[in-house]
Amino acid sequence: MILFILKRIGYAAPVALGVSLVCFLLVHLAPGDPLSAILPVDATAEMQAQMRAAYGFDKPLPVQYGLWLWKVLHGDLGTSIATGRPVLAEVGRAVGNSLILASVATLIGFTFGTFFGFVAGYARDSWLDRVASAIAVFGVSVPHYWLGIVMVIVFSATLGWLPPTGAGPQGSGNWFPDLEHLRYLLLPAITMSVIPMGVISRTVRALVGDILHQDFVQALRAKGLSEFGVFRHVVKNAAPTAIAIMGLQLGYLLGGSILIETVFAWPGTGFLLNAAIFQRDLPLLQGTILVLAMFFVTLNLLVDVVQTALDPRIERA
Amino acid sequence: MTATTPVSASLATGDPVAAVAVPEAIPVEASRGYWGSVLRRLARDPVAMAAAFVILAIVLAAIFAPLIAPMDPFKGSMVRRLRHVGDATYWLGSDELGRDMLTRLLYAGRLSLFMGVLPVVIAFFVGSALGILAGYAGGWVNTLIMRVVDVFFAFPSVLLAIALSGALGAGILNSIVSLTVVFVPQITRVAESVTVQIRNRDYVEAARVSGAHPFTVVRVQVLGNVLGPVFVYATSLISVSMILASGLSFLGLGVKPPEPEWGLMLNTLRTAIYVNPLVAALPGVMIFLTSISFNLLSDGLRSAMEVRQ
Amino acid sequence: MTELDPRDRGGPAQPLLSVEGLVKHFSGKGGLFGKGPAVRAVDGVDFSVMKGETLGVVGESGCGKSTTARLLMQINRQDRGDIVFDGELLGSRALDLKAYRRQVQMVFQDSYASLNPRLTVEESVAFGPKAHGLSAAAALARAHDLLRRVGLEPRRFGGRYPHEVSGGQRQRVNIARALALEPRLLILDEAVSALDKSVEAQVLNLLTDLKQEFGLTYIFISHDLNVVRFMSDRVMVMYLGRVAEIGPADAILTSPRHPYTAALLASQPSTDPDARLDEAPLTGDPPNPINPPPGCRFHTRCQFAAEVCRTREPGLDPVSPAHFAACHRAVPGSGHPDSPPVPMAA
Repeated sequence: MILFILKRIGYAAPVALGVSLVCFLLVHLAPGDPLSAILPVDATAEMQAQMRAAYGFDKPLPVQYGLWLWKVLHGDLGTSIATGRPVLAEVGRAVGNSLILASVATLIGFTFGTFFGFVAGYARDSWLDRVASAIAVFGVSVPHYWLGIVMVIVFSATLGWLPPTGAGPQGSGNWFPDLEHLRYLLLPAITMSVIPMGVISRTVRALVGDILHQDFVQALRAKGLSEFGVFRHVVKNAAPTAIAIMGLQLGYLLGGSILIETVFAWPGTGFLLNAAIFQRDLPLLQGTILVLAMFFVTLNLLVDVVQTALDPRIERA
Repeated sequence: MTATTPVSASLATGDPVAAVAVPEAIPVEASRGYWGSVLRRLARDPVAMAAAFVILAIVLAAIFAPLIAPMDPFKGSMVRRLRHVGDATYWLGSDELGRDMLTRLLYAGRLSLFMGVLPVVIAFFVGSALGILAGYAGGWVNTLIMRVVDVFFAFPSVLLAIALSGALGAGILNSIVSLTVVFVPQITRVAESVTVQIRNRDYVEAARVSGAHPFTVVRVQVLGNVLGPVFVYATSLISVSMILASGLSFLGLGVKPPEPEWGLMLNTLRTAIYVNPLVAALPGVMIFLTSISFNLLSDGLRSAMEVRQ
Repeated sequence: MTELDPRDRGGPAQPLLSVEGLVKHFSGKGGLFGKGPAVRAVDGVDFSVMKGETLGVVGESGCGKSTTARLLMQINRQDRGDIVFDGELLGSRALDLKAYRRQVQMVFQDSYASLNPRLTVEESVAFGPKAHGLSAAAALARAHDLLRRVGLEPRRFGGRYPHEVSGGQRQRVNIARALALEPRLLILDEAVSALDKSVEAQVLNLLTDLKQEFGLTYIFISHDLNVVRFMSDRVMVMYLGRVAEIGPADAILTSPRHPYTAALLASQPSTDPDARLDEAPLTGDPPNPINPPPGCRFHTRCQFAAEVCRTREPGLDPVSPAHFAACHRAVPGSGHPDSPPVPMAA
């Protein structure tokens, strides 16, 4: 098992390096001199030269990458142009809010997704299956940013039950686990949960259907095991995959939260990205994307290890 | 007691939004006119047919928008802003600048469909070529291509699209480029895995030992068996692509005003959700309708192709 | 008898194909870095096939029969060893891979998997000739001719897809496809194993006829000793990646000298109820090919195993003219208690 984990890390390391390279190149992808994106428009020539040297833009690209990577590995993601604060601090503040939103959304999605998936998988081709499948298709087809707007229209604008935007009262920048903040969390989390719900219910439906058709289930029934006993076997067999999907969904939600966070003005990484893009704050953009992508790489690794630990069928060699 | 066959072991390949299972190279029933029989089976699927009809209607409406739209999509009237749905002049209401919603929704289909479908089409060709090359050549060629693909897979697709668009800047072309870059690795991975399966079939080995040029073997023996499953996978991506393309415009990264586009309309009408919520939600209905139709059609196509004998 | 092929070089006395020291190890997965232990699929195999004969190859699954076939076909490359075709070394200037493959073709076991589901029967047969430069029309004409010769009326069957013909017909198509390049040597890897018994007999008769008609040489791989007996002039028995015994079919199948061959023969179900065995002649699974036992590879399952068998690996030695066995018990002076007496030196 330890060997397996080491192998997985050995596999993830070059990927992580590649991810850092892509993030590094993002700044150079921007049209024009990367410096022009970093400097204010009215920068003097002296200031330009100073910055060019400071950022190392006068050096060849591979050298720049090496220097940049060295800084990143020491926790220096650069300085935000808009706020003048270190990028790492900005991202650190936002990532907690995003994580809360994405985790709660994943949990809601997982709960309903597995429920619908089991119902549909057990009652294949019945009307229950069709309803559950329709909900799943809805989940993966709906533009979630639009769903967010509809939720705001219904529950805030029309019914006035829940606040439309923000993470807490008086523009609270951080989420606390109290009742008042919970009301702010509800709408974005439910909106966001629709995607993992659709994905998970589709997967679980297929898993349960496959498992129920396997010979060992017939054998269990033949030897007189109760339906509940059979159900327990089905759960045990479906769990590793379902949990793996849940883990990956958390990563996708965290990385893809920008649209929902924009709709609900949720002070997370997506909101930060949005600000970075429109203020052409490239260091902030680069840093945020790097942190989110690295989080995703790590999460992938974890999911892989956990799934293997749970599932005896996967070879650990 | 455990099952002997792992149930869909590799899931890391699933896309976040679509999460369609990677199709296997199934021994497809190849009868006289393979695609003909697939289409015949598809025609018997009422859900897929309904979806195809909706898509056809939306596409035709977009193409013939100048002929059927009642008004000018750019001409507004400051006094007739945000009329409600069911208005005598503006059947689907008017937007925040007093432009006819029906007209703009019809016109917007042009850019939205173009930006949603084109990246998948480009990615289908590029990804298939890369995937078949990697899968058939094997060795270091495979390692090189697939490691690069792995790196792009390490980004959630929404994040990658926004990172690229954000760095490149707003614009239709930049959005299409960004989305293409998002989808190429996904299609490459599917094409590679199907090619590897096909490559080890006896008939491909028989063709190889006949001494035919590798290019001929790929063209005659591999291509027809790989492109089918990859095509189905690509159709399932159109739905994701539609949502992402409109999403980019919604964020202000795609189409610029005053061009009509569903995502952008959704954005500019956000200010109106307290005044005229129904009109504000309309562009999203169009995105949703298109996206779900493509998803259902893709599902239908998949089951029509998966019939085993 | 077969007439002399214009492509013949060395005359009838020169083997059509001979193989020396063929080795193929498949490296497994595992280990943090690098590869795991290797499966010794083929581990030093020598034999030759004479012109116009049929060499039967038998052995349990996993003994290296199919790997040998794939090496001969160069689907996989050998790690070591030489393949000599009609006196020319494969890979030498006189015989490159393309020229070799035109003369050696193969029929696979799975008749369905070996035909492209998207191509019609005639397209599959015409593929090879077309790849070798024949025009589309000429290739199609050859395909039709071959289909007729394997007993499939081209007008009825040529346009069909593989799933539209029966298993036996599909295997006929595969044979036609293999013959389309006019090979001299045909490797039949369990080519009739998946067929019904009645269909199997028809295809075997077809193969016998085609051999006469085209002057072919066969390597006939099968786990079915009855079929091998029917087809073969000589028989090679393989065990765990090595040749256990090779010789004339009659000698091998009536008076085997290797205990493994004897056990294989004894495990054939008999039609005579009195001749049925109560005990399985061959017990246990073959040993792990990753780590074959030292000495004679068969000693772990051999009822005659003696001390020498555990320590020294027997060579493939002659036990009578043209009959070779890798068994200490059959070779004089091997140190095995049962070995025949050493003939007095002259």
